[in-house]
Amino acid sequence: MKRFGWRKNRPQSGQDVLPGEDHAPPAPLPGESLPEDPAPTEAAPVAARAETSLAAQEPPAPEKKGWFSRLKSGLSRSTGALSEGVSGIFTRARLDQERLDELEDVLIQADLGVDVAMEITEALASERFDKEISPQEVREFLAGHIADILEPVAAPLRIERDRDEPFVILVVGVNGTGKTTTIGKLGNWLQGEGYRVMLGAGDTFRAAAIEQLQIWGERLNVPVIAREPGADAAGLAYDAVEKAREAGADVLLIDTAGRLQNKSGLMDELRKIKRVLGKLDADAPHAVLLVLDATTGQNAISQVEVFQEVAGITGLVMTKLDGTARGGILVAVARKFDLPIHAIGIGEGIGDLRPFDAQQFAQALTGAEAAGE
Amino acid sequence: MFDTLSDRLSGVFDKLRKQASLNEKDVDTAMREVRRALLEADVALPVARDFIAKVREKAVGQDVVKSVTPGQMVVKIVHDHLVEMLGAESVGIDLAAAPPVPILMVGLQGSGKTTSTAKLAARFQKRERKKVLMASLDVQRPAAQEQLRVLGEQTGVATLPIVAGQMPVDIAKRAMEAAKLGSYDIVMLDTAGRTHVDEALMSEVAVIREASKPHETLLVADSLTGQDAVNVAQRFNERVPLTGIVLTRIDGDGRGGAALSMRAVTGCPIKAIGVGEKIEDLEDFHPERIAGRILGMGDVVSLVEKASEHVELEKAEKLVKKMEKGTFDLEDLADQLAQMRKMGGVQGLLGMLPGVGKMKNQMAAAGLDDKLIKRQEAIVSSMTPEERRKPKLLNGSRKRRVAAGSGTTVPEVNRLLKMHRQMSDMMKKAGKKGGKGMLGGMPGLPGGAALPPGMQLPPGMNLPSGVNAPGGLPPLPPGFLPGGKK
Repeated sequence: MKRFGWRKNRPQSGQDVLPGEDHAPPAPLPGESLPEDPAPTEAAPVAARAETSLAAQEPPAPEKKGWFSRLKSGLSRSTGALSEGVSGIFTRARLDQERLDELEDVLIQADLGVDVAMEITEALASERFDKEISPQEVREFLAGHIADILEPVAAPLRIERDRDEPFVILVVGVNGTGKTTTIGKLGNWLQGEGYRVMLGAGDTFRAAAIEQLQIWGERLNVPVIAREPGADAAGLAYDAVEKAREAGADVLLIDTAGRLQNKSGLMDELRKIKRVLGKLDADAPHAVLLVLDATTGQNAISQVEVFQEVAGITGLVMTKLDGTARGGILVAVARKFDLPIHAIGIGEGIGDLRPFDAQQFAQALTGAEAAGE
Repeated sequence: MFDTLSDRLSGVFDKLRKQASLNEKDVDTAMREVRRALLEADVALPVARDFIAKVREKAVGQDVVKSVTPGQMVVKIVHDHLVEMLGAESVGIDLAAAPPVPILMVGLQGSGKTTSTAKLAARFQKRERKKVLMASLDVQRPAAQEQLRVLGEQTGVATLPIVAGQMPVDIAKRAMEAAKLGSYDIVMLDTAGRTHVDEALMSEVAVIREASKPHETLLVADSLTGQDAVNVAQRFNERVPLTGIVLTRIDGDGRGGAALSMRAVTGCPIKAIGVGEKIEDLEDFHPERIAGRILGMGDVVSLVEKASEHVELEKAEKLVKKMEKGTFDLEDLADQLAQMRKMGGVQGLLGMLPGVGKMKNQMAAAGLDDKLIKRQEAIVSSMTPEERRKPKLLNGSRKRRVAAGSGTTVPEVNRLLKMHRQMSDMMKKAGKKGGKGMLGGMPGLPGGAALPPGMQLPPGMNLPSGVNAPGGLPPLPPGFLPGGKK
């Protein structure tokens, strides 16, 4: 086992992953994490195809900050606008219809969607209509209401430990949401938790997707199971599980090609991958993560709906929350589907993955926390 | 819940009496629904607001064309304005400059820059016969440069050799140098995805722009983008003045409101759209299509195209003449039925038509489906040629023969004959009116153009009158009848 450079400190069984700040891995800075020797080839038939020169193009190491402050600074750009909007509307005045409409608009602009925005404003109206209310009170109300919606679905990714088989995680989503990057970050995290990680390069379609994952493999110093481009993705997945088993890996993260949920051919392929995974281990995949892009609008609902039906997703990861996109669609998704939200991505760096925390997300989204300071 | 703006508006206007012109109150009611439709399609709120204000101004006092419901009238006004705002004329990518012409591709992470770069390059090379060089300036994402290199190999477009460790600005300079030396016509500069609030990367792209002086700077944006579209477009435009937008993933089932938001904020035309994962899946932008989608009105243009694909023009013209003379016989009816089936059957056609969501339900309730069309075709084909030309010949015993021959019943044969009578009556009227009244503007077609003669839906669409649809059908959308143009 040691030859893979895996850590030995295996956690106790049933432990949560992505639990919170305390468990954040002592992640090496990406710049320093380049492996000395390339991944061993016996476990990775096509591994180490990528030239090391590619791996050398690492992003500069991000400065280290506390994760909450990073989440906040990521979210605050969007939050800024939201809380500004809220302050702009309410300077301690009577809550009338016009103001409610404006509040609804503010929520819509955060991508919460018309229905959820209406629901929240109606809730506010039923409590406070025609009464004096300050911006801070509105923010608190919003944060509270949004947190109430998100709380039930905020759940860490659970890796079952009382098993001999590798825990197989299939990562799916539409094109360009950040699946491969999320796998890299997730791999880093799991490694920090002491799991022995392996990656499967299931995106055999997009040019250089395999190389991209292999570079992540080098950064993490974990084996990447890959085949040649254009190979059958389901076959690759099968291979990967077999290899992970042989090597005694704890967690296998399988990448897939991005696919739009309305392409039935591609969705059938995903079904096949899932089916084939079940052949070696009836319970596999043990988790299917849908990666959602925070900039996505209302279409995210349809993405969740279809991917859930086809691939039986077990949880969500939202990426790109470091822009001005507010990720408010997550509230609409939480409202409609009973799906755990595991983590959020707030940058391209190896450590830019955070556990999803309903309170903090809601507070950061509405600016309630910031105003309370 | 209403699915489409058309359904929603017909819901609103069902309660209203017919009026000669649109009054303020009706328009306001309608605008609330329009607003919601726009927001649900992810049109950014400020853009939606602005849009509504302008359309409202246009709509109030507007005369309602006869035989069009006020709801349909509003849809048409909204749609036309939407098309206008999206850019009524399609603008292509401008290559008219001294070679090598640099084209800079910018955008957020995962918007589809590299794929779009390769698609555009392949198109320039194949269609415009230009010599194209592609260079990836993406040193952020692992294997991004490799991705472009592979795409270049696949498409036969040259890529700048990768030099490990080189900075983006230097790569851009090297690309321009190489293009001059290699006498390339076009240089495509694919940049790393960046968040528009990432100051370091935004200044980097500004420096790249300075260094390469691009003739076109294209923002590649995901059509599934939500409200943030305005921020993205605005901030990119501030830092690297854009000349156009490439909208990707139009083949998804998003409603594409981002197109309107970005167009409105930057004033830049949408110059190309990505419609699939294959290299050739790149198309020119058609504002009507996106407009229809944003409004949830179905893709009328596609319908028309589909129709003209399957309908022989000659036959169509013959039919128009017959209509005018009032000699539409059962033979023609059989043609219509066959064509309907070719175009994807009732359900397929209805899916593409605006404002028929409601009708669709009623038709389903009335049992009007593709099976019915088949049965009706069977009835007609069990008739003698003479009977088809002169339906009056069909007496009781002939009807029994036809019913037996087609495996149907006499009442079914009667219904078909009744339908045919109603259709030929309508056609006579329509033929005489020639484009007025019932042939008024078709919502969904720019400028209210009547459908081309090749568009032969009406006979098919009238079918329900022959099948005793419960409660009758709502008025036919205008433009349902062919001909019109003289």
